[in-house]
Amino acid sequence: EDLRVDGRGCEDYRCAEVETDVVSNTSGSARVKLGHTDILVGVKAEMGTPKLEKPDEGYLEFFVDCSANATPEFEGRGGEELGTEIANTLYRVFSSESSIDLKSLCINPREHCWVLYVDVLLLECGGNLFDAISIAVKAALFNTRIPKVRVLEDEEGSKEIELSDDPYDCIRLNVDDVPCIVTLSKIGYRHVVDATLQEEACSLASLLISVTSKGALTSMKKVGKGSLDPESIFEMMETGKRVGKSLHIALQKILDEEESLGTSRQKVGFLG
Amino acid sequence: MAAITMRLPVARKAVGPSAPRGSEKHLVAPGDTITTDTGYMRGHGTYVDEEKLIASVAGAVERVNKLVCVKALKTRYNGEVGDIVVGRITEVQQKRWKVETNSRLDSVLLLSSMNLPGGELRRRSAEDELAMRDYLQEGDLISAEVQSVFSDGAVSLHTRSLKYGKLGQGVLVQVSPSLVKRQKTHFHDLPCGASVILGNNGFVWIYPTPEQKDEEAGGFTTSLEPVPLSDREVISRLRNCIVALVTQTLMLFDTSILYCYEASLPHQIKDILKPEVMEEIVLETRRRLLDLEG
Repeated sequence: EDLRVDGRGCEDYRCAEVETDVVSNTSGSARVKLGHTDILVGVKAEMGTPKLEKPDEGYLEFFVDCSANATPEFEGRGGEELGTEIANTLYRVFSSESSIDLKSLCINPREHCWVLYVDVLLLECGGNLFDAISIAVKAALFNTRIPKVRVLEDEEGSKEIELSDDPYDCIRLNVDDVPCIVTLSKIGYRHVVDATLQEEACSLASLLISVTSKGALTSMKKVGKGSLDPESIFEMMETGKRVGKSLHIALQKILDEEESLGTSRQKVGFLG
Repeated sequence: MAAITMRLPVARKAVGPSAPRGSEKHLVAPGDTITTDTGYMRGHGTYVDEEKLIASVAGAVERVNKLVCVKALKTRYNGEVGDIVVGRITEVQQKRWKVETNSRLDSVLLLSSMNLPGGELRRRSAEDELAMRDYLQEGDLISAEVQSVFSDGAVSLHTRSLKYGKLGQGVLVQVSPSLVKRQKTHFHDLPCGASVILGNNGFVWIYPTPEQKDEEAGGFTTSLEPVPLSDREVISRLRNCIVALVTQTLMLFDTSILYCYEASLPHQIKDILKPEVMEEIVLETRRRLLDLEG
């Protein structure tokens, strides 16, 4: 009958708060609060050598840190397993060719390219981590500003890289095709989107799908000890695609709204 | 249809107290000096260091004649005899159950403090001990009363009345124990169609009002019939109202929950958790409570 404990329907998200450019010494950052889940993502652009099999592309490196502030289970090395799982999922989601234009990150084929180090910090764990992390990563990539570089060639043939002096002269990334993860948890006979901690404890199996803004599925992963019926997997995929499209629309609207406020925007940060 | 709302964060100002209290509350943090006067006796939450009385918890100072104590705002539940608690069974041991009640130590429910089905009064035998798991298993929720408090602070519970026992279908909300007001009765049948148990330990249980009072069962049988949608809507709305009251740190008692429920009726259930709607409802509730007092 489409009524959950907190009054939401099966396809409703909790109220989300998104803010970008919260960390000053990164190339791009974003903070997302989805109910009690609090995620901070920072993107740093550094120069590196391209990978051997893809000499004319840059690449992304993900690192997830489950801070001990989130829940007591993350004390010491408790959060490492969850961190590597989330990082591997992010690698998988971004492994598709179309999600982000890596060729624009190349400076000199085979020699220099931009490497984007995406660091995710879990500040508070309140259910539905993957969705919140993917929203934060997309917002941080939207906010990333990579300085423009010029390659100067010497008489002997050695190349020099020159960084432009103007701090506002930078390239932005196109995040239109960056996918977002939608987690569908199976509880009883129905499936729900954006499960809280209590709902996650009741669900035996979940399906993580990454959807682009056009509704295309880029990756799928099943988590949990329970089993899923093939028909319910199809239903969940359809729901995920529908929800994913509206998620992208809402996120893009808020990012554009934030952008339009420009420098007059009052930064709330962490002491709001 | 999916409803996804995203917003930019806004610095929230705390909704201040609408009316000045009779006396200014003396708030302290751990390490703050309360007084340097040595004539006072030290109560809970204080300690003496170099002839100064210093607070060990964060809260408000309470002075009763010569006794000074600090009542903490957010603590674990400290058991008092006669309190009603709602707890979850964590372990089944030899002649007792261990119950989790949001206190420093697990509470204990002895087999001899539990009613036998049918209301028999006899000594518990070995068969009763072996059949303990049939009555209460790990993960079950119970309502009970505090019988006594051990010297280490652990609480001993009893369910020696037909109104206590295993809880059936409903919703549990966990709040801070300091927000539950001490009243004559903690079992309320709200006129909106649901019943509420306000446990002194901060566990609030909301459940659909049972049609007839089943006296013979003694609180052991739980009906697993599906709850109708109208009841579930009322329960979800009450749950969101309680969460709103707790977020704005208002004391929980039957009148405040009822006023908050009535103030929230114009909004949709899921909208109650939005910060601005929450502030509006709680402001309205506060106003009505002040009207009631004054």
